[in-house]
Amino acid sequence: MIKETLNARRLLCPLPVIRTQDKVKQLKAGDLLEVICTDPGVMQDIPAWCRINGHKVVETSVDNHEYIIILEVGS
Amino acid sequence: MSKQRKAVALISGGLDSMLAAKTIMDQGIHVEGINFFTGFCVEGHTHAIRQQDKNKPNRNNALWVAEQLGIKLHIVDVIEEYKKVLINPKHGYGAYMNPCLDCKIFMVNKAKQWIVENDFDFIITGEVIGQRPMSQTKSKMPIVAKQSGADDLLLRPMCAKNLPATLPEIEGWVDREKLHDITGRSRKPQIEMAKQFGIDEYSQPAGGCCFLTDKAYSTKLVDLWKFQGTKDYELDDIMLLKVGRHIRPQANYKLIIAREEGEGRFLEGYKKEFISMHCLSHTGPLALVDGTLSAEDLYFAARIVARYGQGRYAELVDMNVMDKEGIARVIQVKPFSEEEILKEWHV
Repeated sequence: MIKETLNARRLLCPLPVIRTQDKVKQLKAGDLLEVICTDPGVMQDIPAWCRINGHKVVETSVDNHEYIIILEVGS
Repeated sequence: MSKQRKAVALISGGLDSMLAAKTIMDQGIHVEGINFFTGFCVEGHTHAIRQQDKNKPNRNNALWVAEQLGIKLHIVDVIEEYKKVLINPKHGYGAYMNPCLDCKIFMVNKAKQWIVENDFDFIITGEVIGQRPMSQTKSKMPIVAKQSGADDLLLRPMCAKNLPATLPEIEGWVDREKLHDITGRSRKPQIEMAKQFGIDEYSQPAGGCCFLTDKAYSTKLVDLWKFQGTKDYELDDIMLLKVGRHIRPQANYKLIIAREEGEGRFLEGYKKEFISMHCLSHTGPLALVDGTLSAEDLYFAARIVARYGQGRYAELVDMNVMDKEGIARVIQVKPFSEEEILKEWHV
């Protein structure tokens, strides 16, 4: 299992979702991806994208206008 | 056993494409959604930036629709490829800078490429004859099918009965009798159909979901092209056209002035690419300077920006001016009066 970080700061939705989608394609089931964003819309959109595509949101947090989502890649 | 047929649905996030997908899913077809991001999508960006839009649902409607339907959604970044559509549309622009017919041809063509690569059988869209004056007329629909290369693999479930049969209908993959015959701009048939499907929440797409159908946005895009001397753009250019008050007092520069806190925070992210300024002695907005300007221009620009802060009636205000390297200096200026900021400067 690996953990990678994706910098999606300054990108507006759906670009953080697209970048997440592209990054997840390079990962394996069980890998973790931390996505760091500044668009609050990701708190809805990335979990929705994960639900649709069989991935799991492990953790979400907000820190000084940054929105951080950790997801686990599904099979 | 017959082969499981698969269709890709162009999902905009509005009701029509949702109903079109649902209609085909109900016929036992495996449907997945596709959504193309051109850089000009309205809703998400506006409320992501502006505080005043925070009461709207903070979601991507295409994703939301896909989740309601229980289908996968593939969001495709077409920002670079879309430039040639917008810069030189074969079929021209609509009322503003919207190249709707070329845009539809482009997206259906991309969907055609996608079904070939992913072993899907056909494409569906939520198009309705007569709903859009430029791209959704009975005469334009064959143009989209032909010029996109999709031909009879393009099925429009919402108005299929008013169009020649497509391959999925001819081959019996879908039952033409269970498709629809909606025409015109009325939303009543779609709202009734949504009720029948048990869909009680959906976004209202009739106002358009693209900034290029917006007069104010289109004016700013034309201004950008005129003063940079070329019809071209980068993603940041078109993002910044969505934000702030744009004031061009001279040909060599433009000011982008935040209208509220959310916009100010968004513009903060561009301080390494532009000269920026804000008022130090009073509360005031952040402004970016797009262009090159002389020392005299800089004072002039600062007087404009000062007008939009709490110090607008002060004799003098302190303005912090920062260059792209982050080196700041403070200049004192007298804010312009309302009358001194000419209407024609507003882009």
